[in-house]
Parts: sequence; C-alpha cells; structure tokens
Amino acid sequence: MLELRDIHTYYGAIHALKGVTLTVREGEIVTLIGANGAGKSTTLMTISGVTPAREGSVTFQGRDITRQSTDKTVAMGLTQVPEGRMIFPALTVRENLLMGAYLRNRRDDLGKDENYVYELFPVLKERRRQPGGTLSGGEQQMLAIGRAIMARPRMLLLDEPSLGLAPIVVENIFAVIKRINEEGTTVLLVEQNAQMALQTAHRGYVLATGEVILEGSSQELITNPSVRAAYLGLD
Amino acid sequence: MLEQQLVNGLTLGVIYALIAVGYTMVYGVIELINFAHGEIYMFGAFFCTTFIGAMGVPFYLAIILAMAAASLMGVLIEYVAYKPLRSSHRLAVLITAIGMSIFLQNLAMIIWGSRPRPFIQEAVPAYLSETAVRLGDVTLTWLHVFIFAVTFSMMIGLNLIINRTKIGTAMRALAQNRTAAQLMGINVNAVISFTFALGSSLGAMAGILVAVYYNSMYPTMGYVAGVKAFAAAVLGGIGSVPGAMLGGIVLGVAEALGAGYVSSLYRDGVAYAVMIAVIIFRPSGILGKAVVDKA
Ligand SMILES: Nc1ncnc2c1ncn2[C@@H]1O[C@H](COP(=O)(O)OP(=O)(O)OP(=O)(O)O)[C@@H](O)[C@H]1O
Ligand SMILES: [Mg+2]
Repeated sequence: MLELRDIHTYYGAIHALKGVTLTVREGEIVTLIGANGAGKSTTLMTISGVTPAREGSVTFQGRDITRQSTDKTVAMGLTQVPEGRMIFPALTVRENLLMGAYLRNRRDDLGKDENYVYELFPVLKERRRQPGGTLSGGEQQMLAIGRAIMARPRMLLLDEPSLGLAPIVVENIFAVIKRINEEGTTVLLVEQNAQMALQTAHRGYVLATGEVILEGSSQELITNPSVRAAYLGLD
Repeated sequence: MLEQQLVNGLTLGVIYALIAVGYTMVYGVIELINFAHGEIYMFGAFFCTTFIGAMGVPFYLAIILAMAAASLMGVLIEYVAYKPLRSSHRLAVLITAIGMSIFLQNLAMIIWGSRPRPFIQEAVPAYLSETAVRLGDVTLTWLHVFIFAVTFSMMIGLNLIINRTKIGTAMRALAQNRTAAQLMGINVNAVISFTFALGSSLGAMAGILVAVYYNSMYPTMGYVAGVKAFAAAVLGGIGSVPGAMLGGIVLGVAEALGAGYVSSLYRDGVAYAVMIAVIIFRPSGILGKAVVDKA
C-alpha cells in the first residue's frame, strides 16, 4: 500500500534520512522504532510531503507521491497525526474535528463520523465546545487522533501517540489504534515505547541515524538481542 | 463643536478599523506586517474613479469592481513578492513589503500623476451630501450614515466568514499551526490568497470611503492611513480581528479628542503616541494574547 524506496531527506545541509526503504501492506500495523533523532518523524513528514525527499520515491496505492503536495496526499486517504499533537488550541474541540474533515465532500454525513469519534473517546464529547488548548495532554492526543479519523483515511501515520501519557491513557489509545486497524485502516506507527508498539504491530523497522538497521515481524524484533538491549531495556 | 469632532473621529475610526483588519489578518496567517496594505487602500480609491471616469461605471458598481480589482492585486502581490520568501528570514519579507509599498506608490504616480485630485463628484449620488440627522450642533450627512452602514455590515460579514465558514475556520487553524493545517489537507497557499483577497477588498473600500469623504485622493495617501491603521491593529492586539476593529474606533476617537482638546496640529501625532504607549505598556494590545503563546 505504501512503499518508500531509498529515501534521502535533508534539512538544509543536514542529511536526516540516508536511504530509507520500507513497505506497509494493506491492513497492517507497522511500527517504526528508534532512538531520539533517528529520523522517525522526518520519515513521516517526508511521506506526507511536508519535508519532501530529495532522492528516492514514495509510492502510495501505486501512485508516486514523492513530491506531491500534502493536500493531495491527504485527499488520497493518507493522514498523519503529528508528533506533539499539534491540535489547534484556539479552535473548539468540534472545530478541530471538522478541520480533520476539511477535504471531505460537503454532502458526506460528518455527524456520523463525529459520533464515531465521540464513541472512541467519550471525553471529547463532553469537551466539544471547549477550546482544544484547554484539554489535558492525553485528551489532546485523543483529539489529534479523532481529528485524523474525521478524514476517513485509508492509512494513518501516527507519531509517538503515547508520548508523555499515563499508562492507562496509553492503553486506551493503543486499543483504539487496534480497533481502527481491525475496521480497515492501515497504520504506520512511530513509537519510543517499543514495548507497546511491538505488542500492537504486525511488523516493525528499527531506524538509527537515518537508516533502517533492522526489520522483521514484531515477534522477531521482540526476541532480537540487540533490540531487547537497546530499545526494550531488557537483558 | 466637540460633538461634531467626535462624529468625525468615529467616522475615521471605523474606516481605520476596516484597514486595520487587513493588517491583522495577514499578520495572523503569515506573521508579516504587510506594508503594501496602505497602497491597496490607495489603489482602491484610484480604481474606483478610473472605473467611473474612464468606463462610465455607476458609483456603487464601481465600488464593487474596485474592491474586486484590489483583491486581485492583493493576491498577486502575495504571490509575486511574498510567497517566494515564505521560508526565508522574516526580515527579508518585511523589507520586501516596504519595497512593494514604495513601488506601488510610484506606479500610481506614473499612472495617475502625483498631485491630489478630487473624487469624481458628479458620480457620487447627491443625497449623500444631504443632512440625514441633526442633533443639536451635530450634523450627520447621509454619507456618514453610508460609511457607518457599510463598515458595520462589512465587520459583521467578516466575523461571520472567520467564525462560521469552513474557509474562515481554516484561516484560524492556519494562524495557529501551519504544519497541522497542512496535515489536515488545507491548501495553505489557497487560504493565504483568500486572506489577502479579503483584507484587500476591505482596504479598498476604506480608500474609496476616505476619497469620497474628503473629496481628495493622491498616490501617497496610503502611507499615513497605513500607519494609523497599523497603530490601530497594534492597539487592538495584532492578529486579533475584533481587536483591530476596536483599535480603529478607539484611535479615531482619540485623534478627534486630541485635535479638539490639544491642537489639530497634533492629530496625526496621536496615532504615534498611542502606538508607542501600547508598545511600552501593553505590547499584546487590548484584545491580543500574550505574544509568547505563538510558539
Ligand atoms: N527542522 C529541522 N531542521 C534541522 N534539523 C532537523 C529538523 N527536524 C529534524 N532535524 C534533525 O533531523 C534528525 C532526525 O530528526 P527526527 O525529528 O526525524 O527524529 P525522531 O526520530 O523523530 O526523533 P524523536 O524520537 O526525538 O522524535 C535529527 O538529527 C534532527 O536534529
Ligand atoms: Mg520524532
């Protein structure tokens, strides 16, 4: 469904991605783990066209999207929940959700999707008239995910959804990720919390200083000695 | 006499407000003080008289056409001059805006000459100069009424666009977090163009109203008006649309009082004094939020 081939991305002179190749098949949850500064967020931003690759190609559903503008990629059904949530603080919760549906057809029944988000995250319903900036960190993460769901994506890119959240909230968010995947959305999940990520994902890639150093099924990665030592803090 | 001064101050105030929202909206979405906005205001007045004088277009239609032409011009300026610098240093864009302002003043001088000229009086409906209301010493002409009616309905319309429509919500979203807006599939370029179009049409309307009110227009008229509207935007809190509206009205009235109580020589000085006072005592303006929250 999504294929990155030999991607090189730069920030000015900084060579952030040095030949990243990865594939996500339809229906999968694939995780991308790695240390701080490894290039995980850059990979997602490159896919979304915010920091387009200088070399290599990104293909989504058979179409080359390497240098495509973000709005066209979103229109194709590829939506990102960025690192740090990036909700719109002065828009109400409801307005935030409607911005997620920005490219949806005006005849679509957005109310149904809005209710679906409220079903996934009931707290958002209570807060729907409140400015997004007044929500707690966990609630903001729920809003960021809910907002992306409003686009009805075929594939979701999630950047560290568990960052800074209490364990119970993390559980809740991962349960939702699993659920929307089972309902048909393909997921590429960037995580620091390798434990949770590998438990949830089907396959994974390990990124270090802009390169993929390991890939395999979640089972293989969990039992891999170097992953256990470096990312799971075990052994 | 003071009451009449107040009416005049209020009239100018609502016009400043109309210009100020253009500064503040553009600042909101691209963090640029668009110094060429005063020139859009000036071009609005000249477009209007050109449509009337050269093409025989009736007054009200000429106003609408002039607003449309100014919108187009605003969009074009952004596209040609500011967009290529979007990822450059902010100072580079600011200097470009100042350069654009000087360029447009000179362009207007080449096209229309540098001397002040009257608005085409024959085109202005005669009833506008008749008295509408007389309250004691205060006289309101139909032109006053027209100016208030136009500015207030435009302010209300603008508020509805910003707060109730999808594109208006996208403008606010863009102002709060451009990357997130982009990731929602919002076409950032289109929304920025829309913002310039909207601000420019209001600026042009202000230029036309002033040209009719004073029966005078000249290529450098955008400079002082621009400074005052900018002061109004700063006073209200740059980036805040209701703030710009309030700032314009407060400034217009303050000027009238300054001119009435102190000396009419100090009329223009009031705007500068207000701007300096705001910068010293409340940099975020009356309705602005703390400057730091634009992380
Ligand atoms: N806007 C930027 N300008 C310059 N360098 C950047 C920029 N964004 C990221 N980088 C650099 O690119 C590299 C990869 O950063 P990236 O944000 O993709 O890492 P990450 O894997 O997401 O890290 P983290 O887990 O901390 O979020 C880092 O060395 C970082 O310093
Ligand atoms: Mg990151």
